[in-house]
Amino acid sequence: MAITEVRPEAAPSGSPAIGYQRHPIWEWLTTTDHKKIGIMYLVNSYIFFAVAGLLAMFIRTELAEPGTQFFSEQQYNELFTMHGTTMIFLFVIPILAGFANYIVPLQIGALDMAFPRVNALSFWMLPLAGVILYSGYLVGGTACAGWTEYPPLSEQGCTGPGVSGLGADLWIIALLLVGTSSILGAVNFITTIFNMRAPGMTMFRMPMFCWTVLVTQLLVLLATPVFTSALVLLLIDRNLGGSFFEPAKGGIAVMWQNIFWFYSHPAVYVMVLPGMGIVSEILPVFSRKPLFGYKAFVFATAGIGALGFSVWAHHMFATGTVLLPFFSLMTFLIAVPTGVKFFNWISTMWKGKLTFNTPMLFAVGFLSMFLIGGIDGVFLASPPVDFALHDTYWVIAHLHYVLFGGSVFAVYAGFYYWFPKFSGRKLGEGLGKLHFWLQMIGFNLTFFPMHILGLLGMPRRVQDYLPLHDWTGINQLETVGAYIIAVSTAPFLANVVMTLRRKTRDEENPWDANTLEWATTSPPPPHNFDSLPEIHSERPLFDLHHADELAVHADATTTSTTGAH
Amino acid sequence: MAASDTALRDHAPGQRPGGISSSLLGMVLFIASEVMFFGGLFGAYFTIRAAATTWPPQGSPELNTGYSAVATAVLVTSSVFMQLAVWAIRRGDQKWLARWLGVTLLFGLTFLAMQGNDYYNLATHEGFRLSSGVYGSLFYTLTGFHGAHVFGGAAFMSIVLLRARNGQFTARYHDTVEMASYYWHFVDVVWIGLFSTFFLLK
Repeated sequence: MAITEVRPEAAPSGSPAIGYQRHPIWEWLTTTDHKKIGIMYLVNSYIFFAVAGLLAMFIRTELAEPGTQFFSEQQYNELFTMHGTTMIFLFVIPILAGFANYIVPLQIGALDMAFPRVNALSFWMLPLAGVILYSGYLVGGTACAGWTEYPPLSEQGCTGPGVSGLGADLWIIALLLVGTSSILGAVNFITTIFNMRAPGMTMFRMPMFCWTVLVTQLLVLLATPVFTSALVLLLIDRNLGGSFFEPAKGGIAVMWQNIFWFYSHPAVYVMVLPGMGIVSEILPVFSRKPLFGYKAFVFATAGIGALGFSVWAHHMFATGTVLLPFFSLMTFLIAVPTGVKFFNWISTMWKGKLTFNTPMLFAVGFLSMFLIGGIDGVFLASPPVDFALHDTYWVIAHLHYVLFGGSVFAVYAGFYYWFPKFSGRKLGEGLGKLHFWLQMIGFNLTFFPMHILGLLGMPRRVQDYLPLHDWTGINQLETVGAYIIAVSTAPFLANVVMTLRRKTRDEENPWDANTLEWATTSPPPPHNFDSLPEIHSERPLFDLHHADELAVHADATTTSTTGAH
Repeated sequence: MAASDTALRDHAPGQRPGGISSSLLGMVLFIASEVMFFGGLFGAYFTIRAAATTWPPQGSPELNTGYSAVATAVLVTSSVFMQLAVWAIRRGDQKWLARWLGVTLLFGLTFLAMQGNDYYNLATHEGFRLSSGVYGSLFYTLTGFHGAHVFGGAAFMSIVLLRARNGQFTARYHDTVEMASYYWHFVDVVWIGLFSTFFLLK
C-alpha cells in the first residue's frame, strides 16, 4: 500500500515542484497526479469527440440527398456504429470522469484520489481501447451492427466483399477495456469520496457535483460488470463455438438486449448525472445564491440512480417479451426526481443576480435542451407511442437532446467554468459566446427536425431514403445544422489556444465561487492545498469571506431565540 | 489565509480516524462489481433454463456430482484455513500466518487441478464441450470464469505468502491479508452458488 506523506511546510506556496524534476513528457506519461490524469482524460475524450463528430458529418453528408452518394450501405453501417460507440464509450462517459478526476479531490479537500496508480491505469486503458476499436478499419471493417450490437446481426458479422467481420471482436475487446477502466475508476471515486474528505467535510456538506459523481460511480460499479458479462458471452459465441444467443442451439437472442440494457440504461444516467452536477455548481455561482433545496437534490439524484436499474426494458417494448405496464410505469416515475431537479435549478436562479458569462450560457442551454430531451423520453415511455416511434428518427432526436443538449452542453459549461482552475486563465468571453450561439443554433437545426422525420416514419440506421413526403428538405436542413455544429468548435479551439498562449493570469477565484476547489491556487500545486479553511457548511469560502456578517447574523438569531423563550 | 488552518497531515490518504481503511473499502467495492458480473452470468443461465422445455437438454452428459462435492469440500475448507491465517496475524503470529496461507494456497490449487481433471474427462470421454449446445456453453463459461477467479485469487495469495514470509505483516498492519481473505471467501461463495445450480438444482 502506498503511503503518501504530506508535509505542507516543506513546500512553501508558489514553489513550482516538490522533489526531483523530470522531463515533462515522461512526467505526463507516468504521472499519478489526479489533476494531470484528469486533464489527459479531457484531452483524450475530446479527440475521440472530434473523430466521432467527423463520422457524424459523413452520416449527414450521405443523408443530404436520397440515393447513394458517398458511402455504401456497409460503410454507412460502420459509420453510425462507430459514431455511437465512440461518442458514448470514449467521449461522454470518460470526459465526465475526467472532470470528476480533476475536481472531486479538490472539492472534498483531498490530496489525491484514494488509489493514484489505479487511477493512471484506468486512464491508460482508454486510448488503448480507442486504438483497438478503430483498428477495425485496418483489418477489413469495423463493427457494424449499431452501438447496441444486437445478435444475431453481431454474431453473424457483416458480410460483403473485403469484409472480415473481425470488427465486432475488436469492438468487444475495446469495450471490455473501457468497462474495466470504468469499474476501477468507480472503486477509486467511491473510496475517495467516502474516505478522503477533509475534516469538517461531511457528506451533506459536499458540493452537488461530488454527490452526482458518487451516485454515478455507484451505477458504474454495479451496472458495468453486467455489461462485461454480456460482452464475454458474445465473444465466446463468436469465437469459441458458444451458443448463448443462438436460438437454433438452445440460446436466446433477445437475452443480449436484456443484459445490454441492464447496463446501458443506467449508463444513460452515468452520462447525464455528472452533467447535472456541473450545472448545479454553475447556477448558484452565476445567480449569487445557494443551490435551492440541497437535500432534495441529493435524494432526487439517489432516486434517479435507484430507479435507473428498473427501467431497462423500455428499450425493448417492441420485442413483445417484456412486461409493458411495469417498465412503462417505472419510466414515467423516473421523470419525477428529474422534475424535482428542474424545480430546484429554476428556484436557484429565481430572483438571483444573474450574469450570463459563457459557463452560465451553456448551463442554461443544458436546462432548456435537456428539458426537451426529457419530455421526448416521456412520450416514448408510453408503449403505444413507442410502438409507433420505435427505431424512427424520433428516438434519434430524443437521445441527442439528452446526450448532446444535455451532456455536451454540460461538458462545455464545466470546461468554461473550470478552465481558470486548470490554467489560471479565463477563456475569452467573445469567442465563448460565439461558440455557444453557433452550437445552439446548429444543434437545434440538426436535431429538432428529427422529431418531424420520426413522426413521418423515417427509420434510423438507413443509408438511403425515398424522395417521399418532405423528407429531402428536412434532411438537408439537418445537414446544414450539423455543419454549423462542426464550425462552432473552431471558435472554441481558437479560444483555448489563444488563452493558453496569453502571458497574463486571472485571479485565483475569478467567478467568486464558494466551493473548496477555489480555496487553493489556480492551477493548484501538486499536493492540492497548502492549507484548508475550516468547513462548517457546503459553502466554506462564503463562510470564510463573510465571517463578519455571518457572526452578526448568528448573534441576531441567538438573541431572537433566547428572547422568544 | 484562513483564521485557523487545518493541518493536512491529519488526513493522509486512508488514514481517516475510525471507519474502514481505503484498501479494504476498495476491495469490498471491487467484490460488489464482481458479484454483478457473476449476476449477469447466472442471469443468462436462469433465463435460458426457464425457456427450455427439458433441462438439462437432451444429450447432455451426467455431471459427476460426487466428484464435484469433494472439490467443493476442498474449496470450502481452504476458506477456513484462510480465516485461520487472518486470525493468526490479528494476534501478530507471523509464523502461523505463513503456514495457514500456504495450506490455503495448496487447497486452492488442488481445487483447480480437480476442476481441470473434470473438464478433461467431460471433454474426452463424454464429448461434452463448450461448443456442444447451450448447456455446454453455460457449464464451461460459468465454471470457467469461476476457475479463473480462483486462479487470480491463488496468484494474489502467492504474493501475500511471499510478503508474509518476509515478515511484512503485523497485528496492526495487515490490510493486504484481510483483502486476500475477503476475495477468497467471495470466490468460495460463488462456487457454492455454481455447485448448487449445476449439480443440486433439479
